[in-house]
Amino acid sequence: MNLQFVADGLAMGAMIGLGAIGLTLTYSILRFANFVHGEFIAWGAYTGLVVANGLIVLSPKSGSFGPFSFGWALLIGLFAAMLCGVALALLVDKFAFKQLRMQSNTIVLVIASFGLSLALRSLLEFFVTSQPAYYSRDIQMAVPLGLGVRVTPDQLLVLALAAGLLVVVHVILTRTHAGRAMRAFSENPLLAEVAGIDGAAVVRMTWALGGALAAASGVMLGITVQIRPTMGFDMLLPLFAAAILGGIGSVPGAVMGGLIIGLAEAGGVQLFGGSYRAAVAFLILIAVLLVRPNGLFGRRP
Amino acid sequence: MILDIFAYGTFFLATALTYAIVCLGLNLQWGQTGLFNVGVAGFVAIGAYTSALLTTPATPGRFGGYGLPIAVGWILAIVVAAAASWCVGKITLRLRADYLAITTFGVAVVIQLVALNAEPLTGGPFGIGFIPRPFASLAEQVALYDVLHLLLVAAVLAAVYLVLERLAGSPWGRVLGAIREDEEAAVSLGKDANGFRLQAFVLGGAIMGLAGAIQAHFIGFIAPENYLPALTFQVWAMLIIGGSGNNRGAILGAILVWGLWSFSGAAIGSLVPADFQARAATLRIVVVGLALVSILLWRPRGLLPE
Repeated sequence: MNLQFVADGLAMGAMIGLGAIGLTLTYSILRFANFVHGEFIAWGAYTGLVVANGLIVLSPKSGSFGPFSFGWALLIGLFAAMLCGVALALLVDKFAFKQLRMQSNTIVLVIASFGLSLALRSLLEFFVTSQPAYYSRDIQMAVPLGLGVRVTPDQLLVLALAAGLLVVVHVILTRTHAGRAMRAFSENPLLAEVAGIDGAAVVRMTWALGGALAAASGVMLGITVQIRPTMGFDMLLPLFAAAILGGIGSVPGAVMGGLIIGLAEAGGVQLFGGSYRAAVAFLILIAVLLVRPNGLFGRRP
Repeated sequence: MILDIFAYGTFFLATALTYAIVCLGLNLQWGQTGLFNVGVAGFVAIGAYTSALLTTPATPGRFGGYGLPIAVGWILAIVVAAAASWCVGKITLRLRADYLAITTFGVAVVIQLVALNAEPLTGGPFGIGFIPRPFASLAEQVALYDVLHLLLVAAVLAAVYLVLERLAGSPWGRVLGAIREDEEAAVSLGKDANGFRLQAFVLGGAIMGLAGAIQAHFIGFIAPENYLPALTFQVWAMLIIGGSGNNRGAILGAILVWGLWSFSGAAIGSLVPADFQARAATLRIVVVGLALVSILLWRPRGLLPE
């Protein structure tokens, strides 16, 4: 067994972690397991594709940065994807979850989110067909890093981009008023409202942040793997496993959980082949539920 | 022409009533006990594959093929689906409610993976064929065969319905309702809430497994793509539209949603040009999803409330 899985696992884990942040936040602030979250990933990836391809058609000479497979077009695409993630999350909340939150219990929200995720995925498949797509069809040469590990420049960039986004999220949650309001609301919603925090604004902020991060991770997945309508659905199990492993409500936990799941998946693929990749996340999920159901950094309920 | 309509009607009803059996299993888990199972397709698949593997003729390179009688296959389908439900329930039912949702979702994903990839066990993407059909000696007379099959499914459905109705009215069923409505009160009266939940979850899973086996032996062929999350979603839509907590609602919902599903399929088939149909077929899920969300918003307790 060589160390290649570490590089692949970290790149994958960073994307799982980014997606899991939004999941763990919606879980702890809105208090339900949101199956729509995967669709923010897929819709984000396709928005990036449409915008980037459109820009390349408009100015064919835009080219790509140095060793990377993409250029300005995709960076603008990434920005558009994050906006799409925000918009989709806010729309889903406004037209479905908001009313359901007022009239029914948590589990009805989960059912509605499961149904909505299938409807959104089918709609996406209707528009883009089930054929896989790529941001770039160029083959990237992997660069040796020593110890038998090779990485593509894109993988390194994805890791750096994910790290940058994590710093931004950390600053938002710990240094801004909105972030502090979100954390207070997740600790104790009643007390937070008594203290004058606007619950509706916290809910909107949670959806927006989660949607943007999920869409960004979708674009990164598209850069390093491929773009398919089911890519968000396939990410759901790793995302849930990462959020629960890290402890519901803990952002550092979600990132740590994502990295662990990513590494375990890559290790599993190296040992047993790719067919059972999704089972790795499931086994970790079961192990966490058996041994430490509150996760690594979770509070006791 | 009349014969065609009759044949289609019996086929349609037989399929709808098989869904109704699955839906009754889900109603026991969700409607009566409040357990959220997102892996319905997985438990149906377990039943279908168990029975198919045991009753088919021997196939080189694949597990099973013992040629056992159909009834034995059905009974073991119930047993294996119950055992799988027990394992899942044992791990998750003591935790917060939506962990069950996430775990059952994972179960369905893993079963789908095994069905696709474990070729020596499940036949892989090509599935399992030559599953023996009840009344096979009458297969020549299609109309008679379909009617007999419909009667068989209806008989099983009636039996499951009667058992569940009796259970719902029994002290056991009342404890389930009490746990769902106010767990603390039930526990303070000395009821083992987790034990009752586990029993309901296992019984519901067993019923889903039975329905999977019945369907497999009706069609005679199963493949992994029969058990995608869309199946889970259909069954949920049936239960919620029909009225969860009400067994008659579950059956009504199954017939209505299967009708909507078949009708939208037929509409797409006749209205949409041929090379566009595969794409348009994905819209059926959107149709059922919209029906579900509108029921949740406008009539949250379903057509036949509890």
